[in-house]
Amino acid sequence: MSYNPAFVENVINSFGSEKSRIIQMLQDIQSEYRYIPREAVAQLSETLDIPEPQIYHIATFYKAFSLEPRGRHEIKVCLGTACHIKGGKRIAEGFERSLNVKAGKTTSDKMFTLETVNCLGACALAPLVQVDEDNHGKMTMEKIERVINAYINNK
Amino acid sequence: MRIESAAKLESYRTSLVESQDPDRQKILVCGGTGCLSNGSMEVAHVFEEELKAQNLKANVDVKMTGCHGFCERGPLVVFLPQGVFYERVGPKQVPDIVKSTLVEGGVFKKNLYKDPNTKKEILSEENIPFYKGQLRWVLRNNGKIDPTNIDEYIAVGGYGALARALSDMTPSEVVEEVEKADLRGRGGGGFPAGRKWRTVIDAEGERKFIICNGDEGDPGAFMDRSIMEGDPHSVIEGMIIGAYAIGTDTGYIYVRMEYPLALKNLKKALDDAREMGFLGKNVLGTDFSFDIEIVRGGGAFVCGESSALMASIMGKVGEPRAKYVRSAEKGLWDLPTNLNNVETWANVPLIIGRGADWFTSVGTDTSKGTKVFSLVGSVKNVGLVEVPMGYTLRQIIYDIGGGILNDRAFKAVQTGGPSGGCIPEKYLDTKVDFDELTKLGSMMGSGGMIVMDDQTCMVDIAKYFINFLVDESCGKCVPCREGLRQMLIILERITSGEGKDGDIELLEDLGGAMTWGSLCALGGSAANPVISTIKYFRDEYEAHIKEKRCPAGVCPDLIEFSIDKDACIGCTRCAKVCPVSAIAGENKKPHTIDKSICIRCRACYEVCPTDAVRIT
Ligand SMILES: Cc1cc2nc3c(=O)[nH]c(=O)nc-3n(C[C@H](O)[C@H](O)[C@H](O)COP(=O)(O)O)c2cc1C
Ligand code: SF4
Ligand code: SF4
Ligand code: FES
Ligand code: FES
Repeated sequence: MSYNPAFVENVINSFGSEKSRIIQMLQDIQSEYRYIPREAVAQLSETLDIPEPQIYHIATFYKAFSLEPRGRHEIKVCLGTACHIKGGKRIAEGFERSLNVKAGKTTSDKMFTLETVNCLGACALAPLVQVDEDNHGKMTMEKIERVINAYINNK
Repeated sequence: MRIESAAKLESYRTSLVESQDPDRQKILVCGGTGCLSNGSMEVAHVFEEELKAQNLKANVDVKMTGCHGFCERGPLVVFLPQGVFYERVGPKQVPDIVKSTLVEGGVFKKNLYKDPNTKKEILSEENIPFYKGQLRWVLRNNGKIDPTNIDEYIAVGGYGALARALSDMTPSEVVEEVEKADLRGRGGGGFPAGRKWRTVIDAEGERKFIICNGDEGDPGAFMDRSIMEGDPHSVIEGMIIGAYAIGTDTGYIYVRMEYPLALKNLKKALDDAREMGFLGKNVLGTDFSFDIEIVRGGGAFVCGESSALMASIMGKVGEPRAKYVRSAEKGLWDLPTNLNNVETWANVPLIIGRGADWFTSVGTDTSKGTKVFSLVGSVKNVGLVEVPMGYTLRQIIYDIGGGILNDRAFKAVQTGGPSGGCIPEKYLDTKVDFDELTKLGSMMGSGGMIVMDDQTCMVDIAKYFINFLVDESCGKCVPCREGLRQMLIILERITSGEGKDGDIELLEDLGGAMTWGSLCALGGSAANPVISTIKYFRDEYEAHIKEKRCPAGVCPDLIEFSIDKDACIGCTRCAKVCPVSAIAGENKKPHTIDKSICIRCRACYEVCPTDAVRIT
């Protein structure tokens, strides 16, 4: 998706150009582009009169934000306590091997970004993997390939 | 439609109740996150289609509710008025369920809950052991009403407590009632809510604020989520009552962005409450005005801490500050601010609606009312459990939870999240309340209860929590930042077989320093998981250090995988799943593992149908 200054302007206006809503604005920008484009930081800085480094500080502090473009599908492997004791870490390593990419990174074909996260709040389904909006509960090593393929096949 | 007075609310409620036919056929489909993940939306849709196809639609309502708590068994479907409870309902079974239950007037046995011990089917929710011992006060509406329909909340008496507070009580009488009820904060520390409200009321400031903490950062806990998703009005009603008592016109609900359904249902609830005149100018026709804004959290654990959360609402990096002055006195924009947890707020309408005496009739000397726990891990019945304070761990884990998964041995229960600790078997008869768990070196925390069996390594669990906190520490203060890093190095050393004499003592010393020297409670309590596991499972640490052995068979550097020839049936599943092709063998013949290639990923162990894969 190419950068659209009018979109960001709309976001800023929807919060009444209120500086204290910067995190909410970044969230809306993140939802649109799935990362925070540099141009957006410049535009926010300019319009709201907040120094760019301060915006970058916020964007790197909160886990919600990414400063790099993401893959087409985002895979989040839960490493919360319930998922940990049911083998979440092994599942994460399994995804790393199958996708040939380290957690936190995007595959070279830009298809998947793999991440590990702390508790997705559906602990009864542990171990849990979330791909985009879908929850895959009770994951096993055997299911990993199947889950990945389902997203490759319907892009 | 606006409701302009308490009397009008009551007459509206009566008209709603009268228009409802208690005998009308209803099908309640769970629309909580757990069941949605298992496809409950499609199940509801197929019910609609099937009712149309069978010409039953006119007489039956299908309704999506909030979480019933038994998420692992989802999708859950309840038929009313029959009270039949179906579990694990897939779209394919819908026609049979409709036919058996509605056309033939019986039940469809296949989707009934079966008692794991007696193997007998159980028909209704009340008789299922998981629900039997519970006392659902806070979760009173979860799973019963449609959270997106304000009329349903009003019909069960919702906003009645608000009407009572506004028409019959002065703000100070409201605070007195909460004080009398001894309501302690459900978000972690158990600080008395009434006392906090009082501090805010007495503090100087031209404006005041209240906040609902819906950040729910504790891993393994999801009760706040279920309440926000399944009964958002109870939280909102509690906040309006609190705002009236404290004297403020502005409130915030801080919700973590990982909870999209909670955000959606809260937003709808706020809009509806505003339209009916429970929020906004002149609440219920009185002089009191109040509104609530939703703020989405940015996904940082430390943002659940009060001062960090407030910084985040103000658009700053969520770092805690030293508490020389309390947030109650100088919070948001340096003005008096009252922060309470989701479950705390959801208790308020109960207390005001039914009175403090009713509320304190349940609980222990120092902890009144009920507590919602998320019971997860190696336990048979996983889900949300609400019990009176003072229930024992054993009652929760064995009576309600059904005991340990696969009948393995109980090892520990972890409570209180990263600030809490692990409790061993000998304390299973401890009564659960704020003070008893603290005495054991753990904490009530927000109510996560993670049950661990003999296949959990306690050193690995300690390392897990420290690793979690290394990531989550904001890094502002040295004892927390450096202390955690050093602890992690030591724990990694121990779990990889490089542990040295003195490591345990070093961990204890570091823990002490962090507890005393950290700026906020994250660092202040970070050592708890380490200290409590050392205290109760010291032998396990020693086995790692002295014998280079992981008794639970978890730490990859200290274990080996092999296949028992006699048990192996040669099904080839292990060979197929092994990521490094370390397993060889022919179909129907015993397989073998090449230990020099094996990366100890455990995949073969997980899939083997005959337990032929052994860990030594
Ligand atoms: C690191 C840290 C994280 C916290 N996370 C949460 C949280 O996610 N939800 C919550 O309600 N309280 C959390 N708390 C506790 C809050 O600081 C605060 O005490 C609580 O929300 C007050 O509400 P209560 O008195 O109703 O319990 C956290 C505290 C710390 C130190
Ligand atoms: S533990 Fe993993 S790597 Fe080792 S044999 Fe089993 S499947 Fe293969
Ligand atoms: S999965 Fe188990 S039974 Fe099947 S071949 Fe492997 S070791 Fe043998
Ligand atoms: S621990 Fe994984 S969803 Fe909560
Ligand atoms: S989500 Fe359905 S029971 Fe919890």
